Amino acid sequence: MRHDTYIYIIIMAAVTYLVRMLPLVVFRKPMTSRFFKSFLYYVPYVSLSVMTFPEILRCTGSPLLGVLALVLSMVLSLVGMSLPLTAGISCTAVFLANLL
Amino acid sequence: MAFFAGNQYSSQQMKECNRLSYLKGLKDAMPIMLGYFAVSFTLGINASQNGFSWFQAGLMSFLNHTSAGQAAAIRMIADNDSYLNVAISQIVINLRYLLMSTALALKLRQDTGIGERLAMSYIVSDEIFGISIMQRPPLNAWYNIGAMTAASPGWVLGTILGAVLGNVLPNDVTMALSVALYAMFIAVIFPPVRQDRILAVVIAASMASSWLFDITPGLKEISFGFKVIVLTVAISALFAWIRPLPREMEVSDAA
Repeated sequence: MRHDTYIYIIIMAAVTYLVRMLPLVVFRKPMTSRFFKSFLYYVPYVSLSVMTFPEILRCTGSPLLGVLALVLSMVLSLVGMSLPLTAGISCTAVFLANLL
Repeated sequence: MAFFAGNQYSSQQMKECNRLSYLKGLKDAMPIMLGYFAVSFTLGINASQNGFSWFQAGLMSFLNHTSAGQAAAIRMIADNDSYLNVAISQIVINLRYLLMSTALALKLRQDTGIGERLAMSYIVSDEIFGISIMQRPPLNAWYNIGAMTAASPGWVLGTILGAVLGNVLPNDVTMALSVALYAMFIAVIFPPVRQDRILAVVIAASMASSWLFDITPGLKEISFGFKVIVLTVAISALFAWIRPLPREMEVSDAA
């Protein structure tokens, strides 16, 4: 069965809104669990890493171009380049390398 | 101007205060609008490559305003994953907003009405949280409402532009543009490694596990979305257990 894209969008909007709204409207107490805070600290790093690798190797159709994008964006961001610039240069490099 | 009971302001003063807070939020969020435009453009490209129309991609951005959450959902929807898995993935990936909203609730004017609280809940993102938590307390909800008025169009229009261009540009261009989303994710997670070395281990462990899930017989039948859910919960919990944050550190310091 093919699910409906709009139902997906409404479901994700509803749960995301609840996550943001509940602490502001319903329970207004500070969070004290150190484990929970630490867990939430790591979540972005883990989820973005899992989503990025190995997907980046597949999205261009050529693993080598994926490795190029991976290494280049790592180096550029670590030397302090901004987000859009890192992405822009990585895309340009992939485009040019693909022409070769 | 006259004060009524205690520090109650007149409704006219109140309105003026709300108006000024709104305008300040609007102005402070201008750079966020530009940043959002760039990031959501890559989401739009990604959405178009996964079969979304510009309207669907734009609607998703209008109703969510979350880069990691939307990126996961786009892929899961393309995979025809279950509604339940999509809901769980959004809770797991976006759960940190709970902590941000809690911090905002504590900083907010005590007399903030429920309507204003519901309105500012529309967007609690890393960036809007970042500027609003820096305001001198107590926080006026209208500051956040002003900030989202500026930031949201950047997010929505960037997505739509990305989705439209993703559908009309030649294949070799969209192919190159499709790495932009991942390059941005890398640019989000790598620089903080310089301040907190354990993050290098977290990132390496996450990428290695993700790859193992993709090549191991049995595990590779698991959907992308479920893999993201399972690994995010397991690895974040593992590191929270073996290396909890120092007591003075907050999630707000993180990505």
